[in-house]
Amino acid sequence: MNNKVISVHNLVKKFGDFTANNDLSFEVYEGEIFGFLGANGAGKTTAIRILSGLSEPTSGEVIVAGYNAKKQPEQIKKNIGYMCQKFSLYPDLTVKENIMLYGGIYGMKKALIRERTDLLLNKLNFREYGDRLISDLPLGLKQKLAFSVAVLHDPKIVFLDEPTGGVDPITRRQFWEMIYEAAGRGITVFVTTHYMDEAEYCDRISIMSEGKIVALDTPDNLKRQYNAASVEEVFVKIARPMGLIPPSPLVGLGISR
Amino acid sequence: MKRFLGFVRKEFLHIFRDIRTMIILFGIPVIQILLFGFVVSTDLKNAPIAFLDLSKDEITQKLSDKICSSGFFRKGETLLNYNDIDKVLRKNKIKAVIIFEKDFGRKLISEGKAALSIITDGSEPNMATLITNYITAIVSDFNREMVATQAAGTLLVQPEVRMFYNPSLKGHFMFVPGVITLIMTLICALMTSITITREKEFGTMEVLLVSPLKPVQILLGKVAPYFLLSFIDIILILLLSWLVFGLPVKGSLLLMLAECMLYILMSLSLGILISTVAKTMQQAIFMSLVGMMLPTILLSGFIFPLENMAKIYGWVAAIFPPKYLIVVIKNIMIKGTGFPYVWKETLIVIAFTLVFLGLSIKNFKIRLG
Repeated sequence: MNNKVISVHNLVKKFGDFTANNDLSFEVYEGEIFGFLGANGAGKTTAIRILSGLSEPTSGEVIVAGYNAKKQPEQIKKNIGYMCQKFSLYPDLTVKENIMLYGGIYGMKKALIRERTDLLLNKLNFREYGDRLISDLPLGLKQKLAFSVAVLHDPKIVFLDEPTGGVDPITRRQFWEMIYEAAGRGITVFVTTHYMDEAEYCDRISIMSEGKIVALDTPDNLKRQYNAASVEEVFVKIARPMGLIPPSPLVGLGISR
Repeated sequence: MKRFLGFVRKEFLHIFRDIRTMIILFGIPVIQILLFGFVVSTDLKNAPIAFLDLSKDEITQKLSDKICSSGFFRKGETLLNYNDIDKVLRKNKIKAVIIFEKDFGRKLISEGKAALSIITDGSEPNMATLITNYITAIVSDFNREMVATQAAGTLLVQPEVRMFYNPSLKGHFMFVPGVITLIMTLICALMTSITITREKEFGTMEVLLVSPLKPVQILLGKVAPYFLLSFIDIILILLLSWLVFGLPVKGSLLLMLAECMLYILMSLSLGILISTVAKTMQQAIFMSLVGMMLPTILLSGFIFPLENMAKIYGWVAAIFPPKYLIVVIKNIMIKGTGFPYVWKETLIVIAFTLVFLGLSIKNFKIRLG
């Protein structure tokens, strides 16, 4: 677990006068599930966009999968997977066509895509859905499929930007099982979420507020440090005094564990 | 390259699976050409007219026969008195009424002149003008024959009018260039702006941008299918106008197709520009329709001649591209002229393309920031 796949030093991103990321420094190790928490507007999405080569840092050093985010964003893009809050498969294409498309975009050979498709459909009990249009599938299935597509090409890192928004608790649970499995295969998972209970599933979490990282450790250590029973409580203890969050909206849906 | 081709294939799937897109791509061009060709005909053919003959002599008979055998008119009702005129015009059965004054023939022979009135339905001003012009032409032709047979009389200078390039003044000559322009604007600008903003709305654009595909490849992949399909549309329209309306391309077909391709490129870059500004599909549709469709229809000389408008409209029209393509197509297709006659318009369209592309790239970069 000591291979660094992401290392960020003094990252600053400014939009005009507004500083979205203020001097971030952190490291993420291979095979780790790294949770990125924070209220809306805390700068999570900006950071993810920089890490995935979509946007340039204003200053600081960002190395992802061994490549410099400022100078080699194209190399980074080849080595990562990405799934965003908004749903990202094409509703008017079938399951197989979507897989073929994304596999092709990431330069996979056709035979390999077919092989992986079969494997995937079997694993998810999707067999009969292969030739169905995405628009005909329930949201939970779509979400799981989107994740499978994001890791189809065995990326070094997969970025998940609020992947479980609007999904029912059971599907969220299954979704996290898939995340664990991917991490077991050695894929590093970088996930942002609103749901504090999900943060408990991460190996380490960082909490962002007003563009800065205000806490970074394992969930257990954080709970001990802040004398809290859950990550949710930790978050409230950190963020409430700063007047950043109203009392309720960040409370998770709470699934029983 | 393989990544790119897979992406283009996906775009074709989007198009072929969406019945609305298919209708816009192939239904509308065919319907518009046929509609403008057959229904919105501005030619006169067998228009029913009535006669109120107060003289009833040999000459009035001859003249009305001449009018009705021209092919432009046919004899409707024969009226007996003035009160009937209003009645038949109101019923809309008759397009015009011709009145011969009392003793028409005798006056013409003895005095050298006689009066004939043409009454038309002013609620259809274009039709009324057309009818009046046609009847006047037939009557002056009749005059000439009379003078010739009388041998004596004064020799008048008779104008002989010929319409170059479109001798029978067929309406198709006017609307085919217009429809080509309209279709290309509609398909290229509207459809590309919709298809790109759709990716934004679905969140798939985000995923594409994070992928190894370069932004240029994404945009090219989105517009390439539309480039190909609009080109097929052009060929379809040209075939239809040739086979159905007998309007061939008089000048160089190659030049014509090249000019159309250039215009397609221009419209595509406009579509891309719109998509960099519009956040939703609705906005994109609104911008393309208001920004391009209306100028294409109103300010391109397609339906309303620019020369007859107030000067200010001419200046406004000059900043919209459709006007130039119509000039180019008319020149090549109907007059049969070559590149020396259209280079100025060609350059202007190229300039538009470069400006739109430049602005798009600028906007795109800002968005990525």
